[in-house]
Amino acid sequence: MNLIYTRTKTIQEDKVSGFCPGCMHSTVIKLIGEVIEELNVVDKTCCITGIGCCGLHMDYIAYDTITAPHGRACAVATGIKRTNPESLVFTYQGDGDLAAIGLAETLSAANRGENFTVIFVNNGIYGMTGGQMAPTTLIGMKASTAPAGRNAKEHGYPMHMCELMNVLTAPYYLVRTSCNTPANVTRTKNAIKQAFKNQLEGKGFSMVEIVTSCPTNWGMDALSALDFIQDKMLAEFPLGVIRDKSKEAD
Amino acid sequence: METNLCVAGFGGQGIMTLGKFLADTVCHRTEKNVTFFPSYGAEQRGGTANCYVVISDGKIGAPLGEVMDELIIMNEPSLKKFLKTLKSGGTLFLNNSLINCEVEREDITLIEIPATQMALEIGNIKVLNIVMLGVYIGYTGILSEEAVWKTIEENLSRKASLLPLNKKAYEAGLAYGRERRGK
Amino acid sequence: MTRIFMKGCEAIAEAAVRAGCRFFAGYPITPQNEIPEYFARRMPEVGGVFIQGESEIASVNMVYGAASSGTRAMTSSSSCGISLKSEGISYAASARIPMVYCNVQRGGPGVGAIQPAQQDYFQATKAGGNGGFRMMVFAPSTVQEAIDLTYGAFDYADRDRNPVLILADGVIGTMMEPVSLPEMKPESEIEAIKQSKLKWACVGHELDYPNRSWIEPGHWNTADMQKANEEALKVYEAWEVNDVKVEEYMIDDAEVVLSAYGISGRIAAAAVDKLRAAGIKAGLIRPITVSPFPYSSYDKIDYKKCKGILSIEMSIPAQFAEDVKSAVKERCLVSTCLCSGGNIMSEQAVIDGVKKIMEGRV
Repeated sequence: MNLIYTRTKTIQEDKVSGFCPGCMHSTVIKLIGEVIEELNVVDKTCCITGIGCCGLHMDYIAYDTITAPHGRACAVATGIKRTNPESLVFTYQGDGDLAAIGLAETLSAANRGENFTVIFVNNGIYGMTGGQMAPTTLIGMKASTAPAGRNAKEHGYPMHMCELMNVLTAPYYLVRTSCNTPANVTRTKNAIKQAFKNQLEGKGFSMVEIVTSCPTNWGMDALSALDFIQDKMLAEFPLGVIRDKSKEAD
Repeated sequence: METNLCVAGFGGQGIMTLGKFLADTVCHRTEKNVTFFPSYGAEQRGGTANCYVVISDGKIGAPLGEVMDELIIMNEPSLKKFLKTLKSGGTLFLNNSLINCEVEREDITLIEIPATQMALEIGNIKVLNIVMLGVYIGYTGILSEEAVWKTIEENLSRKASLLPLNKKAYEAGLAYGRERRGK
Repeated sequence: MTRIFMKGCEAIAEAAVRAGCRFFAGYPITPQNEIPEYFARRMPEVGGVFIQGESEIASVNMVYGAASSGTRAMTSSSSCGISLKSEGISYAASARIPMVYCNVQRGGPGVGAIQPAQQDYFQATKAGGNGGFRMMVFAPSTVQEAIDLTYGAFDYADRDRNPVLILADGVIGTMMEPVSLPEMKPESEIEAIKQSKLKWACVGHELDYPNRSWIEPGHWNTADMQKANEEALKVYEAWEVNDVKVEEYMIDDAEVVLSAYGISGRIAAAAVDKLRAAGIKAGLIRPITVSPFPYSSYDKIDYKKCKGILSIEMSIPAQFAEDVKSAVKERCLVSTCLCSGGNIMSEQAVIDGVKKIMEGRV
């Protein structure tokens, strides 16, 4: 019999994930682990974990990790990567961490063209703290701190991080994917692999923004959340490569 | 024996350089203790600039005392600000090219120097501070004249073309200071 | 030893480089700008990294990252900038990451004044961030002492896996004095120090679950969190026994004892000499580590002879005096001599304060 699929060794077998049913963090963590194994770089991987639900994976991944203060993952990653350039360094951050409290650190690292990778999990809401409004919350979407729903007049509009970074000169690769369909899961894995390869080749800053769900705080079941991604989230956050310098003419 | 000196004037008059050359000479060419303390404001340009130099045979406490033994004053606002800090019997070195007002103290020694005018006659207003440094050394003899010149020379080594001008300024200052001491 | 003439801030930076510091991140704020500026020039010469961060917060977190990779790393700031850094310092203390930082104190609170002050004493010694952690805090009173303490600070940080603070002030940072510099640690030694941390450093490990690096500034499990705090306490308690540094100057026969740290300590020392010359038997206790505080030095005072203690600091209200009072334990009068907001301690005010004690006017 041919073995065509097996669990990634980068996730510890005896540990239980702390994620809610239908949460896509598990999917993304699995994809990252598979890429790390396929690139054969487990022994040089450092994950800088943000604060919030994205920190729930630390217990069961098998590679090096450090928790950054809320929003500061890109600053911590800068310190690690500059002093150990041969390591594979990536941040793993949610929308509140990366786009609200950490906006300065995120954009400044992108602007310096730091040679590490940002994995940005965007589900439009604060998860661990209980469904508060995020910079990426959709107009009309209810949050515990916007009980009548986000309105543009009071809260402004959802923030598009890939597009914001696209006005900077330094970033090398900016891409937005999702995990709502098997095809998109595959595209996400390819994007992560591309971003890691860029780093290993010293190309500079890459960010993979992954549009995901939060069934618990969205107040819906997992399947409805998939529809919500397709119908609402992707209408606001269109998928695709926003920048890929490898494809640009010299 | 401890000497507390304050040097004060406009930003751009070379106040800090004058103080540093003095202190640097003490550090490298004597066994004495020395501190240099710049007084800094928020402005990058203009305003008053001043620094304190303490030269001592013993340990130095505050790098800026409340009572000065000597003052080098380059402009009028500084005179108003610092004259009251000079001890009774202290010495005031005053650039009278830029200061017209009366010095209202009888209990001090006043050395007036047309330093800006001397610098202009030598050929560059920028050597004003070196003229003053020369006068101070020529008058007080607190450091050897050669030792201070060596410091100036070393610090200007990257701008060697400026050395003749500075030499002229320093020597003019020394001569002026020596002459005043002789009186 | 060759004497060279150096400014406090630059001397601190050079001492760090010689101690093997190979990463510095900082952000501009007066009066400590010469520290980042010096590193910006110096780091490329020694193969180190200098980054001007986008904020104090980013800078301290870059240092947290660099130190987590095993590199000797440092940041600096002044007063209100140190408040911003307290987040990263607390994380480093919780995760037990060795790092060194310097506070060139200025007036406060708030943006305060750009001139020198000693108004961050409680923040430095009692609460450098949330959570009640402690640090070794060194308070230099001369540029030479700033060099020696900074050079040694990296060893303490590595030994304890804890942040260490150099508590300077705007006078020490901006004044120049003759100094001699310690030897430059050879590259082989610096590399060996880094290698010695690889077991826990976050740089990548073979796939081996229990032995991967997991740098945790917190724990999901409350029992684990308590255990971590108990482990840290053991480290803090050992300082009290082994690492107290203090200058005790002529306290044996003292009728009056002055106590001060940092720049005020040096001004008090000069006042003691003047008082002795005037026939007043004055002495001085100058803590060099303000954490751990040299409480036992105050037990050496002959309280039958001593009329009072004058606690001197550039802070209103007084902060350092609280530790002095704890050490004196009401065995005699403790009065204070204070200034604040960017004003520098006056030697005459110190002498007047002593005379008041001697004349029973306090």
